[in-house]
Amino acid sequence: CLGDLEVEPIDSNLITSANVYKTTADYKKGLAKLYATFALSGQQGPAGQPDIAGIDEGFGNYLRQYWNCQELTTEEAVISWNDATIKDFHAQTWSPTDVFIGAIYSRIMYTVALSNEFIRATDGNSDPDISKFHAEARFLRALAYGHAIDMFGNPSFVTEADLPGAFFPEQISRADLFAYVESELIAIESDLGDPKFEYGRADKAAAWMLLAKLYLNAEVYIGEPKFTEAITVLTKVFGGPYSISDDYRHNFVADNNTSPELIFPITYDGNNTQSFGGMVYLIHAQIGGTMSASEMFGTGDAWAGLRTTSALVNKFDLDNDARALFWTDGQSLEINDIGVFSDGYAITKFRNRKLDGSLSESNHNVHVDTDWPMFRLADANLMYAEAVLRGGTGGSRAEALSLVNELRERAYGDASGNITDAELTLDFILDERARELFWEGHRRTDLVRFGVFTGGSYLWPWKGNVKEGRATETHRDLFPIPSAELGANPNLEQNDDY
Amino acid sequence: CATLWAQQSVSGQVKDADEGFGLPGVTVLEKGTNNGTITDVDGYYTITVAEGAVLTFSFVGYQTPEVAVGNRTNISVNMETDLTELSEIVVIGYGQVQKSDLTGAVASVQAKDFNKGVLTSPQDLLVGRIAGVQVTTNSGAPGSAATIRIRGGSSLSASNDPLIVIDGFPVDNTTISGLSNPLSTINPSDIESFTVLKDASATAIYGARASNGVIIVTTKKGQSGKPKFSVSSRTSVSTPIAYVDVLDGDEYRTLVNGLHEEGFSGINDAALNRLGTENTNWQKEIYQTAISQDVNVNASGAIKDIPFRVSYGYTDQEGILKTTYMKRHSISVNTNPSFFNDQLKVNLNVKETLANTGFGDQGAVGAAVNFDPTQSVYADNTKYGGYFAWTTENLPDGTMDPDGPANTFSSNPVALLKLRNNVADVNRLIGNIQFDYALPFLPGLSANLNLGMDRSNTDGIDDALPGSTWTYRDYTGENGRLLDYDATNSSELLDFYLKYKKDFTDHQLELTGGYSYQHFQREGSTFNRNGDQTQVVEDSRYINENFLISFFGRLNYIFKNKYLLTATLRNDGSSRFTGENRWGLFPALAAGWKISEEGFMSAVPVVSNLKLRLGYGVTGQQDVTSNQYPALPIYRESIGGASYQFGDTFVNTLRPDPYDANIKWEETTTYNVGVDYGFFDDRVYGSVELYKRETRDLINNIPIAAGSNFSNFLITNVGNLENEGVEVTLNVRPVLKPDFTWNIGVNFTHNTNQITKLTKTDDPDYQGVAVGAISGGVGNMIQIHTVGYPANSFYVFQQVYGTDGQPLEGLYVNRTGETGAVTSNELNKYHYYSPAPEVLMGFNSRVAYKQFDFSFSSRLSLNNYVYNNLQSGGVLSGLYTTSGGGYFNNITASAANRGFTNPQYWSDTFVENASFFKMDNISLGYSLDKLFTDAIKLHVSLTVQNAFIITNYDGLDPEVSGGIDNNIYPRPRTFLLGLNLSF
Repeated sequence: CLGDLEVEPIDSNLITSANVYKTTADYKKGLAKLYATFALSGQQGPAGQPDIAGIDEGFGNYLRQYWNCQELTTEEAVISWNDATIKDFHAQTWSPTDVFIGAIYSRIMYTVALSNEFIRATDGNSDPDISKFHAEARFLRALAYGHAIDMFGNPSFVTEADLPGAFFPEQISRADLFAYVESELIAIESDLGDPKFEYGRADKAAAWMLLAKLYLNAEVYIGEPKFTEAITVLTKVFGGPYSISDDYRHNFVADNNTSPELIFPITYDGNNTQSFGGMVYLIHAQIGGTMSASEMFGTGDAWAGLRTTSALVNKFDLDNDARALFWTDGQSLEINDIGVFSDGYAITKFRNRKLDGSLSESNHNVHVDTDWPMFRLADANLMYAEAVLRGGTGGSRAEALSLVNELRERAYGDASGNITDAELTLDFILDERARELFWEGHRRTDLVRFGVFTGGSYLWPWKGNVKEGRATETHRDLFPIPSAELGANPNLEQNDDY
Repeated sequence: CATLWAQQSVSGQVKDADEGFGLPGVTVLEKGTNNGTITDVDGYYTITVAEGAVLTFSFVGYQTPEVAVGNRTNISVNMETDLTELSEIVVIGYGQVQKSDLTGAVASVQAKDFNKGVLTSPQDLLVGRIAGVQVTTNSGAPGSAATIRIRGGSSLSASNDPLIVIDGFPVDNTTISGLSNPLSTINPSDIESFTVLKDASATAIYGARASNGVIIVTTKKGQSGKPKFSVSSRTSVSTPIAYVDVLDGDEYRTLVNGLHEEGFSGINDAALNRLGTENTNWQKEIYQTAISQDVNVNASGAIKDIPFRVSYGYTDQEGILKTTYMKRHSISVNTNPSFFNDQLKVNLNVKETLANTGFGDQGAVGAAVNFDPTQSVYADNTKYGGYFAWTTENLPDGTMDPDGPANTFSSNPVALLKLRNNVADVNRLIGNIQFDYALPFLPGLSANLNLGMDRSNTDGIDDALPGSTWTYRDYTGENGRLLDYDATNSSELLDFYLKYKKDFTDHQLELTGGYSYQHFQREGSTFNRNGDQTQVVEDSRYINENFLISFFGRLNYIFKNKYLLTATLRNDGSSRFTGENRWGLFPALAAGWKISEEGFMSAVPVVSNLKLRLGYGVTGQQDVTSNQYPALPIYRESIGGASYQFGDTFVNTLRPDPYDANIKWEETTTYNVGVDYGFFDDRVYGSVELYKRETRDLINNIPIAAGSNFSNFLITNVGNLENEGVEVTLNVRPVLKPDFTWNIGVNFTHNTNQITKLTKTDDPDYQGVAVGAISGGVGNMIQIHTVGYPANSFYVFQQVYGTDGQPLEGLYVNRTGETGAVTSNELNKYHYYSPAPEVLMGFNSRVAYKQFDFSFSSRLSLNNYVYNNLQSGGVLSGLYTTSGGGYFNNITASAANRGFTNPQYWSDTFVENASFFKMDNISLGYSLDKLFTDAIKLHVSLTVQNAFIITNYDGLDPEVSGGIDNNIYPRPRTFLLGLNLSF
C-alpha cells in the first residue's frame, strides 16, 4: 500500500508538466495564458484561481495596476475610492510597502516567469506554429520587462535558464535589461508573424512599437539617445497595413477590434474573457454622477471612481476637439475633494457599445467587449514627430508635421486645428500626446521623459497632495522595489532615496 | 444463644443520580466485613446485615456513598458519578488508560458535564469547560461552525484546527460545501465524552496531524441489562439580544439635510432626490423570534447478551435571521458483542445524518445595518419583485427610476433574504467496526483491527430569484441566477495494531505497535448560469485525493505504581510530499511520578493525590488544505470566462501552478510540565500545566522572490512560531451528600504567541505579511504577521485625541519622525495588541439538591482585542455614494457623533479591548422519580443560553473569531424547555 503515496492529479483539469504539451492545440493554450496574464486575473472568469496573491484578485490584474501607475500618478486621472493606499498615487507619496506597486511588480515578474516556462517548453521546436508561439512568448516577456525598465529600473532578472524553485534571482541594472530586451526584440523579429496575421496576437509590428517606445525613452533608461533607431523602426510600422481610423472613438469601443489603427490589443470579451481588472475596471470606474451606464456605455454598472483634473481639460479646445470626451453635467472642473465623484470632469472615452451605438452580440451586464489598445498607429505618429524633434535622423520634419496634422484633422473634422511647422515643438508634442492618448497608459512615461513628472516645473491639481499642486521628490520618477520583494530576495537593492 | 446476633434484611434500589435509571452490578458491602452482594439488572439488591451496620455502595466511575442502616429495611441510594475518580478510564489514541496513569496533558469531559441546551453543534458542549481549549462559535446561524483552538494554534497558514477522532476514526477537517460545521452531523445527545489531548506526549501517537491537539469524541455504547428507553424533547425560543444602534429615518434625514445645507461635498440636490420618507428599522425586518424543536429517542440494553444502543434524533432549528434553519435527522446504532468467552470483542458504530440547512443570505446582517432607513421595504417596481431597490437611472424629473438597471453596491436586506434560495441537503454516514482479539497463545497479547468509512454527500442550490439586484453584475439578463452544486467527501480507514500487556510484581508494561492507512477523496461540481439559462457562468468540477500511511508504537511502563514512563514513535507518510520529505518521524517521551503514593506522603494526609508529569514530543502538520499536490508541477486549464481571443476563437488557457518540490512537514516541539493534585479526599482537585511549543518550518503561504516560481506567493516551509502558556484547573466539591451535591469548576488559560521567523532571508527591515481583510475599500488589511510579535497583531496608526478626548480625524502620531504625510509612511504604523485573549477563564458549577438541580457555565476573556469595522466604516462621506447611480448608507449613532468625514480605517481608536464575561448557560431542572409508576422518570429543565454579557466593547458581541467585527450573524439568547422521560 505504500505505493499509494505516489499520487497524480485525478482531476482532468489538472495535468502534470510532463504530460501537458502533446499537440499544437495544447501549446496554443499555454501561449494564450501568457497573453491572458495581461488581461485576466486567474484561471476562472471573472474571478477565481487567482494568478497572484496578497491583493484582491481584481485589483491584482496586470492592466489595472499598470494603468493606475501610469495614469493616477499624473494630471490625467484621479480616483475617489478608499482602497488601501490608492490615493498615494496622486500625492506621489507612495512607499515601498504599497500593495498596488507590489502587485504590478509581481505581475511583471509573473508574466516573465510563465513566459520562461513556455520558452523552455517550446525551445528548439521546429514546428512552424510552435516556433511562432516561441517568438511571441519572448515578445511578451520583453513587453513585461519593458514595463519593468520603465517603472522599476533595476528589477530581478530571470530567463528560461532559471528553473522554477525557491532561489534568489539576481538584480539587473536598467541599462543591462534595456540591452537584453532590445536584443530579444531584434532576435525574434523574423520569427514573429507578419502584421495582422491573426487578431490578438503579437506580430512584427507589435515588436517594432515596443522597440520604438524603448528607443524614444532611451535617454531616461540608459542615458543615451536612440531617436534615430526609433525613427527606423517606426518607419517599418508605417509600412504596415495600418491607417488612422476615421473616427477617433473607434479605438475605444466594443468593436475596436475593427479599427484599422490598432496594432496590438489586450483583448476582452463579455462572455469569454472576464475580469474585474482591465477594461471592466476602466469603463466602470469612469461612470458615475449623472452619466447613464446603460445608454451611453452599454453596461449595467457604475463604479464612480475615475475623473480627471483641470490640467488635462485645459489643454483642449473643448468646443472643437472631438477627443474632448468629458462629462461635465453635475461635475465641477476643479477638485476640492478627490474622494467625491462630482469633483472633476468625468471621462467617457472607453465604452462597451459599438461605434454605431449598438450593443455587441456578446454584451453582458458588466463584462465588456472593449479591447485595450496597447499600441495604436496614432502613438506611432506622435513618437515619430517627437524623435525627429529630438534630433533623430532618418526622418523629416515635414513628415512629422504631416503625421501630427493627420491626427489634428481627425480631431477637428477639418484642417482648422492643424498646426504650423513653427508650432511643432516638444512642448506641443507633450500636450498633444495628452489630448490624443490620455488614459491610454502612456502619461507617466511621457512626463518622465520630458522631466516634468516629479519636481516643480509642472504642477497640476493635487500633485503632491495639495489642491494647487506642489513640487515632489525627483526619485519618484522610478517606483520603489516593493518591500515584500526585498524581504524575499536578499540579492535586491532598493532604488535610490526610497 | 444463637439469636445474640440481631440480624435484619435490607433491600432497595441503587440508581444513577443523574439519569435516574437503576444501576446493575453495584457492589453493596457491609462495611468492615466480607458480607456483600451485587445489584441486579434493575439496580435492586437485598442483603442481610448485623445491627448497626453501615453499607457501602461502590461502582466504577461513581462516588462511593456510605449509609448507616439504623432500623431501616428499605434503603435506596442515588449514586453520583465521580469524574475525579482516578480509576476513571480515559480514551486516548489507540487505546485507553486509567486516569491515574496518564503522563500527558489530557482532559476529558463526560456527558453529565456538558453545557446544557445544545441542539446542533457538538463543540458547543465544550465551550468554557477545558483549560487551554478555546471554542468560539463563529456565528448565531443554526449549525454554525466553531473555531476550536487548543493552546493557541501552532500554524500560520496551515490549518490550526485540531484533529477530531470520532469513535476511533480520524475525520477529514475539510468542510464539505453545504455544511458549515463538520461536527454538526453528530447528534450531541449521542456523545458520551470528549477527550482532549493537549501536549505532544499525548498527541504524538497521531503524529503528523497532531500539532494542533486532538479531540476524541466517543459516542454512547450499548450496555448490558434490560432494555431501557428514554425520550427527550426540547423546545426553544431564540431572540436577538440587541440591535446595532443606527440612525432611524428621521435622524438620518436631519443629518443628511444638515450636511446638504452646509454644502458637504457630494450631498447635492441630485442626491437629495434619492432620499426617502420612511422610517424603516431594517434590523427588525430581517430578524425573527425563532422557535426550535428537538426530539431524541433512544433505547439501550442487551438482546441475548448482545448489548446495543439505538437512537434517533430530530432537530428542527430556526435561526433568528429569517430564512435560516437547520433540520436534521440522525440515527446512531452501536452494538458491542463479545465472542469466544470474551476473547473477541466487536464494536460496531454506525451514524447516519440527514441535514437540510437553509443558509439564507448572511450579507443581510450587514445590509440591515447599512441600508438607508428612509426607504421602505417594498416599492412600486416591476423588476425587483416589489422590493425597494436602488437603480442606476433617474426619471426625467430627477428622481430615481424604480425600474432602472439595478445598483449592485447596496441591496435591500429583506430582498436578500426573500429572493435568495440557498439550501443544501447533506447526508453523512460514518461507520466503523473494531475487532479486539485476545490472542490465545500469549496471554496479554491482543490484536486490534479497526475498519471505518466516512462519507458525506451534499446537494445544494443557491438560486437568486428574478428581481435579485446583487447578482446583476455577474449575469446576463435580469432573472437572477440558477446555481446547483454537489460535493462528496469520503475517507476510508484501516488501523491494525497489536497490544501486549503484562504485569509483574513491581512492573506494569504495555506495548502497542501498529499500522494505519487512510485515504481521503473530495469531489464536487458547480453549475451556475443566469436565470434565463442563456449564459453559463460556471460549470466546474473538482476532484482530489490524498493518502496517509503510518506506523506507530507506544510503550507504557509503570514501576511500583509510582513511576510512569510513556514513549511514543510514529512514522507518517503523506502523499502531499515527495521524495525524501515524504516520511516524517515523530517521537515523544513522558514521565510521571505519583508523589502521593510515596510513603513519606502519608504524613501529609491532606494531600489525596499529587502527581508530577514531564513531557516532550514532536508532532507534525501536513494539512495544506488549499492544495493536495503542493510538491508537484501541475498545469491548470482555465474554466468559464477565462479564455483568450486569438482571431475569432477563444482559447482556454493552461497555467503552471506554483509548487515547491521540497515542501515537507511542519514540526512542532512541545515541552510540558504538569502537576495533578487532590486535597481533602479529592474534595479539591485539579491540575496545573506549563508548556512551550515551538513550530519550525511552518507551512506558510509567503511572498517569494519574484520570478523564482509561478506566483508571488508560495506554499513552502518558512518561519517559526512559539506558544507558551499556563493552564490551571480547579474543581471543588464543597458539599457531597446523597441528596445534596455541589461542584464548582474553574479553569484558567494564559497563552502567548510569537512569530520568531518569517522569511528565508533575515531582513530586519521586513515589516511582515499583511493579513486580516476588512470591509471598506478593497484589499485593506488591518493585521500583520511580524517577527517578534504575536500572529495577527493589529497594525495601525496611533490616533491623536483632542482636549475633549475625541479622536481628531486623520491626525496620527508620527512615530518615525520622518517628513511627509504620516499616513503615507507605513512605518508610522505600530503593532497594537492581537485578537488572542491574554487570559481565558471558565467558571461552571452544578448543584443538585433533592429533586432539583441547577447549573451554570460561564467564561471570562481578558484583553482580547477586536477591530470594530462597523465603527471604522461609518463616515459622513460614506452617507451618499455616487457609484451605481447613487445611494445612501446608514451609520451608527456613535459614528455619526464622531463625525469623521473620510474613513480612518487604520486608526487604533477602532481596535477595542473586548474583554468580556459571558454567562453561556444557566439551567434549572427538576426530577420526578415516579411518574404514574416507579418505572417512569421525568426530568424537566429550563435553560437560558447566552444569558448575559458584561463588556465595555462598543459592538454587539465582543466574541469575534479572528478579531475583526464586521456584522456576523448575531448569537441569539435562547430559552429552552427540556423534558426527559426514561423508562
